[in-house]
Amino acid sequence: MPHSATAFADVTASDSTLRRFLHGLPGVDAVGLEARAASLGTRSIKTTAKAYAIDLAISMIDLTTLEGADTPGKVRALAGKALNPDPTDRATPRTAAVCVYPDMVAAAKAVLAGSDVKVASVATAFPAGRAALDVKLADTRDAVAAGADEIDMVIDRGAFLAGDYLKVYEEIRAVKEASGAARLKVIFETGELSTYDNIRRASWLGMIAGADFIKTSTGKVGVNATPANTLLMLEAVRDFRAQTGVQVGVKPAGGIRTTKDAVKFLVLVNETAGEDWLDNHWFRFGASSLLNDLLMQRQKLATGRYSGPDYVTVD
Amino acid sequence: MASAFEYAPAPESRSVVDIAPSYGLFIDGEFTEAAGGKVFKTVSPSTEEVLSEVAQAGAEDVDRAVAAARRAFEKWSALPGAERAKYLFRIARIVQERSRELAVLETLDNGKPIRETRDADLPLVAAHFFYYAGWADKLDHAGYGRDPRPLGVAGQVIPWNFPLLMLAWKIAPALAAGNTVVLKPAETTPLSALFFADVCRQAGLPRGVVNILPGYGDAGAALVAHEGVDKVAFTGSTAVGKAIARQVAGTRKKVTLELGGKGANIVFDDAPLDQAVEGIVTGIFFNQGQVCCAGSRLLVQESVQDELLDALKRRLSTLRLGDPLDKNTDIGAINSAEQLARISALADTGEAEGAERWSPACELPSAGYWFAPTLFTGVTQAHTIARDEIFGPVLSVLTFRTPDEAVAKANNSQYGLSAGIWTEKGSRILAVASKLRAGVVWANTFNKFDPTSPFGGYKESGFGREGGRHGLEAYLDV
Repeated sequence: MPHSATAFADVTASDSTLRRFLHGLPGVDAVGLEARAASLGTRSIKTTAKAYAIDLAISMIDLTTLEGADTPGKVRALAGKALNPDPTDRATPRTAAVCVYPDMVAAAKAVLAGSDVKVASVATAFPAGRAALDVKLADTRDAVAAGADEIDMVIDRGAFLAGDYLKVYEEIRAVKEASGAARLKVIFETGELSTYDNIRRASWLGMIAGADFIKTSTGKVGVNATPANTLLMLEAVRDFRAQTGVQVGVKPAGGIRTTKDAVKFLVLVNETAGEDWLDNHWFRFGASSLLNDLLMQRQKLATGRYSGPDYVTVD
Repeated sequence: MASAFEYAPAPESRSVVDIAPSYGLFIDGEFTEAAGGKVFKTVSPSTEEVLSEVAQAGAEDVDRAVAAARRAFEKWSALPGAERAKYLFRIARIVQERSRELAVLETLDNGKPIRETRDADLPLVAAHFFYYAGWADKLDHAGYGRDPRPLGVAGQVIPWNFPLLMLAWKIAPALAAGNTVVLKPAETTPLSALFFADVCRQAGLPRGVVNILPGYGDAGAALVAHEGVDKVAFTGSTAVGKAIARQVAGTRKKVTLELGGKGANIVFDDAPLDQAVEGIVTGIFFNQGQVCCAGSRLLVQESVQDELLDALKRRLSTLRLGDPLDKNTDIGAINSAEQLARISALADTGEAEGAERWSPACELPSAGYWFAPTLFTGVTQAHTIARDEIFGPVLSVLTFRTPDEAVAKANNSQYGLSAGIWTEKGSRILAVASKLRAGVVWANTFNKFDPTSPFGGYKESGFGREGGRHGLEAYLDV
C-alpha cells in the first residue's frame, strides 16, 4: 500500500467520506486562477535563463506518438530522435521518455533499452477509458510486460462526473498495482472535467490513490493542457507534499507547441511548486511538435540566427 | 528566492523615452518658465538619479494658468460634445501609441515596476479617455436633465502614486463635460503630466484647455484658493483634504476629495484560498502598497489563519524586488525618502506596540528608497498600524470569528474607501457587502479598476465619485 493510501485510509473508507473530503477542499476562483496564470505568463525569460529553460524543457519531454497509423518503423524513428534530438549538437539533452500505445512498447524498448530514456505507454483503453476494468488491467499488464517504464492511464471521467469517486479511486489503485514497478501517470482529461473545482478534486483523488504523476489530458479532446489547469495541479502537488511528505509529478499534455509556451509552464513550476519540481523526474511535457521548436530556439541561442525547419529532424 | 531557475535581467529599454534636462510649466499651450524662475529636481526613486529639472509654479503662475483656462473655457464649452469627443479619442489613441514610452517614463519617475505601468497604469489611462470621450456627446442622457452645463475652470491636484492615471481620472471627465483644467502634479512625479502636455499638443487640443503646473503644496493651495477656479478636485492625504474642505467652505466652488484609506480584506474560511493569497498580495503590494484603496488590513477568519498565513508567507518569498525597469520585478521602489521615512516609522510603531513583524528574506538595493514587503501578525484594532494609513507595503493581519465580527471590525475605521470579501458562498458576499461602509467592495478579487465603475469613499476617505456616469456629476452644474 503506498504511503499516501495509508494516510488517507479514513478518507477512502466509503463513498461518502471520500466525497466529503474532496468537496471540502478549498474552492477555486476561476477568474483569479486564470489571472495568476496569465500574470506568470508575462515573466520575461532571457539569455542564460532561456538557455537553462530550453535544455530543461527538452529533458522533460515525453516524446509522443499516439496515432492509429503508428508502426514499428515510426516508433523506432521517434525513439531515435529521443536519444539524439539534434544530430548537429550531441550536447543536446535527451528527452525524458517516448510515449506510445501498448502494442508499440516493444518497438520503442528495442531502441531505448539501456539508455536513460524511458518508455511510457498509455493504457486503460486510452483515450476514452470506456472499457471494463479487466480490460484496462490487461492493457496495463501488456504494456508493462512489453517493457514500459511508465504507464499513462486515463480515469473514468464518466464515473467522476457521476460522483462515483470511490470507483475512480479503486480503479486507479488497481491500475497502480498492475503497473508494478512502472511509474503511474494518471490522466484526468481536464477538458472533460470542465471545472477547476473538479480538477482540484481529481488531483487529490489521484494522489491519494497513489499516482506518481498527475497529468492534464490525452491530447485527444478540444481543451488540453492550459497554464491555468497546470497551475492548479501544481498547487495540488505542492499542498499534497506539504501534508503527506509525498512528492507527486505533474505532466501537462496536448497543445504545448512552442518554446515560449514551454517556458511559461516552467515559470509556473518554478513559482508555484518550486525548484524541487524542476527535474524530469517530477515534471514532464506530453508533446510531439514541441521538441523541434525547442531545438530551433536552442540553435538560435547558440548561433545567433534561426536555422529553420530543415535543420531539425523530422521523425 | 534562490533557485536553479534564475531569471536573467530583462530590463525594458530606457532609450524609448527621451527626458529633457529641463521642463517648463505648461500654460496656454506653451511651455514656459515659472514667473519666480524657481526650479526643482525630480529624481528616480530607485537610484536617486536626477532625471530632470522642472519649473516650480508659484501663485503668479497659478494666476496665469487660471486666466488661460478661463479664456479657453468659452470656446471649449461651446463646442458640440461630439467635437470635444474627437479630441479625447485622439488623446486616448496617442496615449496608446506612446504607451511604452510613457510606461518607462512613469516607472523612472515614480519607482513602480514596469510590469505595472505597462499592464495596469497605461491601459487604464487610455481606457479612461476612451470612456469619457464616449460621454462627451451624450451628456443629455447622463441623468442630469437636458444639456447639463459645465462648471468652468477645474483646479485639480493629484498625488504621486499613479501620476498619469490620476491625471486621466481628473482630466478626462472634466474635458468631456466641457470644463477647462489647471492641474498640479505631485512634486516627486511631475514628468508624465508634462509629457501629457505634449500629448495634448499632438492632439491639437486648443490652447488653455489643459494647463499643467508642476510644483509643491503652496502651488496646490494657491490653485485651490484661486478666485477663478469653479471646481476643486483633489486626490491625496486626508490631512490636506481636510484643509482644502475648510478652504473652499462657503465659496461657490464645487469640490471632490479622494483621500486616504485602510481597506479591510476579509477572508472567510470557505474562501478560495490560493486566489485569496493572490488577492491579498495584489491588495497590499501592488504599487508597493502606495494605493489609497490598498487592502492594508487583512481580516482572516481564525479557523484558517494558520493555513492562510503559511501560504501567504510562502508566496511573499517569491516576490521579486529590485530594478523597476526589469520586466520580472514585482516590487519596486518607494516613491520618496519622505514616504520611506513615514513607512519605516509606522512599521517601527507596530513593533513597539507589540505586533509581530515578518518579511521574506530579500536584499534591498543600496541606492534609492526601498522597503521590504512586510506583514504584521497579532495586530488588534487598538494598534496604530490597524488604524493609520501606512501607504506602503505593510500588511496588518487581524482575525475574526464570525461574519458579524468581521463587518464590525472592517467598519471600525475612520476611513471607508475599499474592502474585499473572499468566500465561495455567494449569499455571504451579498450579505457582507451590503453592510460594509466602503466605497468599493471587491468580491474574490482586489484592486481591479475600470473606468465605467464609480470610485470614492465614505467617512474620512472623502466624498464625490470619480469614474463611470457618476464621475460626470462632479464636473457638471447639477
